[in-house]
Amino acid sequence: MALDEIKIGGMGASRRRVEDNRFIRGKGNYVDDIVLQGMLHMEILRSPMAHARIKSIDVSKAYEIPGVRLVLTGEMMAARNLAWMPTLSYDTQAVLATDKVRFQGQEVAAVIADDPYIAKDACQAIVVEYEALPVIVNPLQAMASDATVIRDDKENQPGNKVFDWEIGDREATDKAFAEADVISKMELHYPRSHPSPMETCGSIADFNRATGKLTVYMTSQAPHIVRAAVAMVAELPEHMIRIVSPDLGGGFGNKVPIYPGYVISILASILTERPVKWIEDKTGNLISTGFGRDVYLKGEMALRKDGKILGMRMNTISDHGAFYADAQPSKFKIGLMHSTFACYDLPAAHLTSTGYYTNKAPGGVAYRCSFRVTEAMFFQERMIHAAADDLGMDQAEFRRMNLVKDDMFPYRTAFGFLTDSGQYEKCLNVGMEAIGYSTFKQEQEEARKRGKLLGIGISTMTEPLGAGNSREYDILGIKMFDSAELRVHMTGKAILRTGAMNQGQGHQTTWAQIVAHELGIPADDITVEEGDTDTAPFGMGTYASRSTPVAGAAVAMVSRKIRAKARKIAAHLLEVSEEDIEWELGRFYVRSNKERGVTIQDCALAAYSNMPDGMEPGLENNAYYDPPNLTWPFAAYFVKVEVDAETGVWDVLNVVAVDDCGVRINPMIVEGQIMGGLTEAYAMASMQYITFDEEGNCIGSNYMDYLLPTAWETPGFELHEVVTPCPHHPIGAKGVGECATVAGPAAFVNAVVNAVSHTGVRNIDMPMMPNRVYEALTTGKDVSGMPPVRISD
Amino acid sequence: MSSLYDEVAPAPAEGVPTRRITVTVNGEPRTIDVEPRLLLAHMLRQGLKLTGTHSGCDTSNCGACTILFEGRPIKSCTMLAVQADGHSIETVEGLATSSELHPIQEGFKQEHGLQCGFCTPGMMMASKALLEKNPNPTEDEVRWALSGNLCRCTGYQNIVKSVLWAAEKMRAESN
Repeated sequence: MALDEIKIGGMGASRRRVEDNRFIRGKGNYVDDIVLQGMLHMEILRSPMAHARIKSIDVSKAYEIPGVRLVLTGEMMAARNLAWMPTLSYDTQAVLATDKVRFQGQEVAAVIADDPYIAKDACQAIVVEYEALPVIVNPLQAMASDATVIRDDKENQPGNKVFDWEIGDREATDKAFAEADVISKMELHYPRSHPSPMETCGSIADFNRATGKLTVYMTSQAPHIVRAAVAMVAELPEHMIRIVSPDLGGGFGNKVPIYPGYVISILASILTERPVKWIEDKTGNLISTGFGRDVYLKGEMALRKDGKILGMRMNTISDHGAFYADAQPSKFKIGLMHSTFACYDLPAAHLTSTGYYTNKAPGGVAYRCSFRVTEAMFFQERMIHAAADDLGMDQAEFRRMNLVKDDMFPYRTAFGFLTDSGQYEKCLNVGMEAIGYSTFKQEQEEARKRGKLLGIGISTMTEPLGAGNSREYDILGIKMFDSAELRVHMTGKAILRTGAMNQGQGHQTTWAQIVAHELGIPADDITVEEGDTDTAPFGMGTYASRSTPVAGAAVAMVSRKIRAKARKIAAHLLEVSEEDIEWELGRFYVRSNKERGVTIQDCALAAYSNMPDGMEPGLENNAYYDPPNLTWPFAAYFVKVEVDAETGVWDVLNVVAVDDCGVRINPMIVEGQIMGGLTEAYAMASMQYITFDEEGNCIGSNYMDYLLPTAWETPGFELHEVVTPCPHHPIGAKGVGECATVAGPAAFVNAVVNAVSHTGVRNIDMPMMPNRVYEALTTGKDVSGMPPVRISD
Repeated sequence: MSSLYDEVAPAPAEGVPTRRITVTVNGEPRTIDVEPRLLLAHMLRQGLKLTGTHSGCDTSNCGACTILFEGRPIKSCTMLAVQADGHSIETVEGLATSSELHPIQEGFKQEHGLQCGFCTPGMMMASKALLEKNPNPTEDEVRWALSGNLCRCTGYQNIVKSVLWAAEKMRAESN
């Protein structure tokens, strides 16, 4: 009899997480928990200035402190050709500054000592003489004709521009605007934010002179990319490099780039011939590692007066800080910004993008998003909201009219993406029903009479998750596929390894569920390992919601290879031909006699003890999966707020999230991902941003200035589900981990703007702090742009 | 007796003062020589190898290092080890017995109250302090009690459910 899939922890089971067993006992194994014999400790001295020439560095006082073993400066790195390293976007980044510092917090020197306290003391004893240079803190300053050139280290770098890029059909878009009845405009700033996982970055480099092997334990979401990069930068042979990502205390894109601290710890270990541990402090993490967003977005929409969208044009100006260190597919300079409006039937669109260097920390990483889609979808939903208001149309009905219909798939978007499945209108309806949309307007009017300002916000979107395919997506030329390797032991237990890297998503739990679904081996009988480049197959890592779409698919595919071999073994055991064999979960049987069968465990034993003549022994295989397309989940989010007219304080009354991420492997984990994303959406809408003063001082360098929501502020969430399986994914799944962070923020902003729209306000930039909302309410004007320097100044 | 410097580093340099302290950790008295400036969190992690207490922000904002000090939740990154001399503290490692999980641990697993796991020990210790004082808290009381602990993964809803799950189980057990 076939197994009960839920009972064996297969697909659809809300299986409790395997990871939890160690985490709830305090037995996780994060980088800082690892202690190696004879380990030294490293601390980085960072620049207090945002832009300055280094006149001198005196490390002699640091060496006077007992316990200091080594002090590294840019000059010493340069002598080994390691002062600069390549970024993941074909730029270069200083490892330790040589000529100049270009942002506050930049790495200037490093101390390696017996104990982290001594290393910190010694950093304070290093004397650096700086000569201040003019500071540029936003793209407007950067693009000025007389602006100081920040990257004068680069040849052929005339100004501060990083790139110019465009995509779409300019002519067709112009034509749409010529034919428009109404043209609606939107201009906003998506402020700089930091992913800020609870655990900071860190590494332990362990170079063994005797074997020539370098082992690095580190906080990386993509350990194989790091191995390749270390091989290239440090010129070490790749087979002698082992990168191990142990448990990661969150990532959210922050742990994708390769940071100077990792490289310095590697050199320090090579020089001292001892393991060297570097654990970044929170301020170091917030002021120097990959931030997200910081994009000015401007656009307009051509509309027919009945509500049909005819076209859209859009411009982005992005602030990349001092080094262009985003990780993104090499073909696309501003990530997948052009996925904007992918859920709408948009006949013509055009996008121009320009990126600038500034004296701010490098990054522009995809913070819990698939390469800039967060900015793309935020602009989309703010623009849609404004357009509906300009037309005097209902927000839901305007969306309903323009959303891609179920029978239009596969649908080619104006920017060339192919969306392949979805039930957009159904999701919209489910959300409207849940939030009580039909009665809201009346409720809003009655509340206004009592002096209460209620607002409702909608955000609908589909986003491209799961890069690649390899035709279009690569990082530094490495194609974006992923991998899985499965070994079934003779007793029918198994070990699975993938090229993805868990950082809270629960891969140890869910990957085993996919194997259970494909092979009928109970999930509890399957060990899952990731993150060790000596054992895991090559993969591109976990970010951009790509684990389930790519590595998860590889897990299904490798399981099918195992099943194909097991089928041959089953035929041998049952003494029938392979064609006469049928499969049901966990068991092969003879078609003509269902009672005659063998289990997958019987086949596993036979693979080691009784294989057919001529068959290679064992039951293991691997699969490299190159997805035919991205996956396209859909989300419809509804937020209801009340704004206090006296103070500008707004409270969330209700959040309804409808997600269609295709088939759900583990519904409990999917819902956990959605709630986490909604919280980050609320965070960005309400409080979470990093700004800089005119001198380039980072305001937001610790958790007292960089506000993250606690359990007290965070609203409750009501989740709903629609399932449209992905047509090309082997188990019908789509990415989901980032949908709520991507589509969520606009729902909050749309709700607050809706509540104050009677004043004529069309936009309030995030974070919508009470003072901004109050300003909007009392002046009736948009509050856009970012203090202290607004782009329009 | 264990000595911090014996375990993680050579003996302190001449002139660096140390002080011998005794702290009861999870019911067991531990004697240790520490520099007066050593933070309690670092003493636990590096000196006593109790790495379940995490160091998150160093400014007492994130709560990853929350432990119980004489039964009260405190952030061990902002207390000196010497201040704990003669006192009793509890860490996440003291929650479970060898055979049985604490109901709070069970609750976090059952209600998916954790993802990356980094904030979890601190969350659970803060929850323990709450439930010992208030065995039947409302959702708001749980949210308030945990408002000194940040989580970036879960969105808190499942953490709150985990604590309420544990509260129910603990009440049932005490009846």
